[in-house]
Amino acid sequence: MEDTICAISTALGVGAISIVRVSGNESIEIVSKIYKGKNLNQVKSHTINYGYIYDGEELIDEVLVSIMKAPKTYTMEDIIEINCHGGISTTNKILELLLKKGCRLAEPGEFTKRAFLNGRIDLTQAEAVSDLLNATNDKQRTTALNGLNGRLTKIIKDLRSKLLSIMANIEVNIDYPEYEDALEITHENLLPMLNEVNDEFIKILEDAKNYKVIKNGIDVALVGRPNVGKSSLLNALTGEDRAIVTSISGTTRDIIEGSMNLNGINLNIIDTAGIRETDDTVEKIGVTKSKDMINKADLVILLLNNNEELTNEDKEIYNSVKDNKHIIFVNKTDLDKKLDVDNLSKTNVVYGNTVDNGGLSELKKKIVDLFNLGALESKDLTYLSNARQVDIFTKAKNSLENAIDNCKGETPIEMIDVDIKDTWDLLGELIGETYHDELLDELFSKFCLGK
Amino acid sequence: MKYDVIVVGGGHAGCEAAHIAAFMGKKTALISMNIKNIADMPCNPAIGGTAKGIIVREIDALGGIMGKVADISHFQIKMLNNAKGPAVRSLRAQADKITYPKNMLKVLNETENLDIIEGMVEDLIVKDNKVCGIVFEDGKSLESESVILTTGTYLKGSILRGAENTPSGPHGERRSNHLSDKLKEYGFTIQRLKTGTPPRIKKDSIDFSKMSIELGDDTYWTFSFDNKPSYDINKQQRCYLLYTNENTHKIILDNLDKSAMYGGYATGIGPRYCPSIEDKIVRFRDKERHQLFLEPESLFYDEWYLQGFSTSMPIDVQEKMVRSLEGLENCVISKYAYAIEYDAIDPLQLKPSLETKVVENLFTAGQINGTSGYEEAAGQGLIAGINAVLKLRNEEPLILKRNEAYLGVLIDDLVTKGTKEPYRMLTSRAEYRLILRHDNADLRLREYAHQVGSITDKQYQNLINKKNKIKEIKDLLQVNKLKLNDETKQIFKENNLDIPNGSISYEALLKRPQIKIDFLKNFMELNYDDDILEIVEIDIKYEGYIAKTYKEVNKMIKLEEKQIPEDLDYDKIVNLASEARQKLKQVKPISIGQASRISGVNPSDIAILAVYLKKEYSKDE
Repeated sequence: MEDTICAISTALGVGAISIVRVSGNESIEIVSKIYKGKNLNQVKSHTINYGYIYDGEELIDEVLVSIMKAPKTYTMEDIIEINCHGGISTTNKILELLLKKGCRLAEPGEFTKRAFLNGRIDLTQAEAVSDLLNATNDKQRTTALNGLNGRLTKIIKDLRSKLLSIMANIEVNIDYPEYEDALEITHENLLPMLNEVNDEFIKILEDAKNYKVIKNGIDVALVGRPNVGKSSLLNALTGEDRAIVTSISGTTRDIIEGSMNLNGINLNIIDTAGIRETDDTVEKIGVTKSKDMINKADLVILLLNNNEELTNEDKEIYNSVKDNKHIIFVNKTDLDKKLDVDNLSKTNVVYGNTVDNGGLSELKKKIVDLFNLGALESKDLTYLSNARQVDIFTKAKNSLENAIDNCKGETPIEMIDVDIKDTWDLLGELIGETYHDELLDELFSKFCLGK
Repeated sequence: MKYDVIVVGGGHAGCEAAHIAAFMGKKTALISMNIKNIADMPCNPAIGGTAKGIIVREIDALGGIMGKVADISHFQIKMLNNAKGPAVRSLRAQADKITYPKNMLKVLNETENLDIIEGMVEDLIVKDNKVCGIVFEDGKSLESESVILTTGTYLKGSILRGAENTPSGPHGERRSNHLSDKLKEYGFTIQRLKTGTPPRIKKDSIDFSKMSIELGDDTYWTFSFDNKPSYDINKQQRCYLLYTNENTHKIILDNLDKSAMYGGYATGIGPRYCPSIEDKIVRFRDKERHQLFLEPESLFYDEWYLQGFSTSMPIDVQEKMVRSLEGLENCVISKYAYAIEYDAIDPLQLKPSLETKVVENLFTAGQINGTSGYEEAAGQGLIAGINAVLKLRNEEPLILKRNEAYLGVLIDDLVTKGTKEPYRMLTSRAEYRLILRHDNADLRLREYAHQVGSITDKQYQNLINKKNKIKEIKDLLQVNKLKLNDETKQIFKENNLDIPNGSISYEALLKRPQIKIDFLKNFMELNYDDDILEIVEIDIKYEGYIAKTYKEVNKMIKLEEKQIPEDLDYDKIVNLASEARQKLKQVKPISIGQASRISGVNPSDIAILAVYLKKEYSKDE
């Protein structure tokens, strides 16, 4: 028999209320030991009950206790949630009392683990919950919740049923070769059917990319020659004095991150060591890292000095970033203009200075436009929400593309069917409808089960 | 006189079971109610068909006799799906309903250790849940170490035509009235199933001119891996294609309430994939016409089988229905269609060896297990026969996996999922069909057959020779390269094929979709039989897809290898859903793999089961 677990379910800190959650067979029995009010054994399931928590004779708090009896609960076990008055000491005290009376402190994610093991949710939903727990902004929370509500599952199910009907038709052709009843699947008529499914795959992966933006934010690399004001721009954007700011070239040797929130999306800003030819070993490492960062970044902001003419070095740096999404930020507009960037780019240029934060709002607006963040906000959020899902989905897409390619050649239809079935299977794995051993491995790694 | 093995029933399952048990050296009795009905074909005059043809090949590979008998008993043979890819090709022969049983009986009569006994079995001798023999209707008994029941549709068979319900086996044969009740007493769950057969028409009364001709192939084929073709390709009989029409449909719809099925006179569940004509018309009302085939039943009498027109309508309606068909306006119906209901056991009560979980040393095969079809029955009969012998030898049973044979799929489906309607094999049931092909049945199975001793040394030698030749050709194609010169380029041009960019190996050349292995004969000597060349071609050309299938197979095998102890107490696993728990207790799967295929057992249940096993059974490791 599983033991009864408890944990503080709200974020720790000072809030109006805190919730301590208990789940397991002995929930009611244990809570009754510290609760005074109605007899919890007799109250109806799914009710909220007013009462007090006592430690022996000592009154600890005035509380509302929600009783949810198995099986219609999140974990499919008896669950009690004690709504107490926020405050670290009271909440902790109640938790301590529960532990003393026979509860065990829940491991991270253990309520979800139980929900999964008890068949309340499938693995995708379990993953969504873990995403939800780790969410740091509202959009992440909405997406994670969508996963939980099975919206993703529904979309995948629809795709699977489309594939299934194609497969069924192929099977009928094979099993009843002499019957004219079913449409004979040929390369010509199969191709558009598969393309239609593929279009939806593309949409979902596109959404997944957007989700990555929501979840992980946009990585922004600040690049430029030494002493063009990269660290100052970082500080101006993040409002934190994080990078060392001096006018001596080469001060910034490490890649320093700061973050800011733009339209609800995190911008992870990476200040890079100034790129230039150098003999200094320490700085050399920084420079190599900078080049790596450019490749990884979603957006590169190239800083140039307004008061200097374009150098060969600047041009070189521009060449190394021009294939990325990029913005040229012409800094130091407070000084005399000597720079001419017209032959580099005319559209992605923002003028400003970090002394009085000139041009910062234009810069932000440019970022919003480049990533279509405005549209993202109003968008229906249903995404593949973690790496495992994207991985499986990508595999499914590869199989589908394989089928599509083979449709254009002479591969027999029933061979192509292998790819279609593979796609269908992988989608099944995604929504937990097919059992694969990897699923169990995943489970063990996620919830540290077993001994 | 005590037998090692008694087989009850002389249909297709019984013939294979009795033959193989005797061949493997066990003193065997085949008991049939009527010896002249042995290997009778009460329904369609054909052996094979999609998927079924591959089963016949598997039977042959394992030492069975259906293929060999069919090869000398047909008057037309065809490779179905030949225009499609190699994975789904399957043979079908129009077998002569007189010749086939005659040839089968001859084989059985010539089998050593085998006695054929006429009699009606109505009970078993069971001691301590172990079968020890059978009891005839007159009370006499016969002892044996094991019994294989292959009773077909004879257990409480009832023939239905409209409201008319006649207790009977097929063709008005006697039925067994008590055996299924006895089985119930021993602990079997009995279910009622239904199947049907269409009318037979007198040949002289058919106007074939209004139908289109269906010919046999102009290539020679055999089911058996060991026989050379013995028929004359030019003397194959014709079959005919015809269609229902608006008038037929109207007659059926007007009389629907008179049909045994729609009038509520039948209780058994019929097969969806082999529906009666009234089913087809009700379910697909929009279709203007349905295809039908006319096939001769035998060269020795003049009845033709109207395939696709099975019905449980009363006789007078049948007359109208049949005569509404073009070409049959003036026909004479020699046998009316009927539906037949019969008792079957719940196959969930079987182990994968086809031994019952209820009574030890009792095996069942064929329609009693809920299947439909001669080939499905024969395949089970063969496996039951082999496993009855292995059990007597105290050896592990032969359990074919889903990636090894259609027979593996068939039996796994039966014992894992059960069936509520007569189960017919379909290629779509085999998830690894790409490697379960017509051409490689011997390569897949003969090694097993050799191990258990169900084939002759000569048959095994045939396998070795074939394997050697395949390797030889593959080496040849791998090592040798196409030399590009004006002469060879010209050959490509003449055949409208792209000329390779450089000298490539013949193997690489064969991988190209347009290149057939015969084309390579332009450049090199390949003096091998076509069937061997075909295997090489498939292996090389579809290597990628075959590898993909094996990847899936390996995933499955990993789960099959996670065994579940036979004595596992499912009540101890707290979190199983109740439906899953009940199903698991009933099926008692031998592995996580099998458990995952049980309907009603969800992936989350499997995860819980796997976690439980890991926790409980890894302690000792």
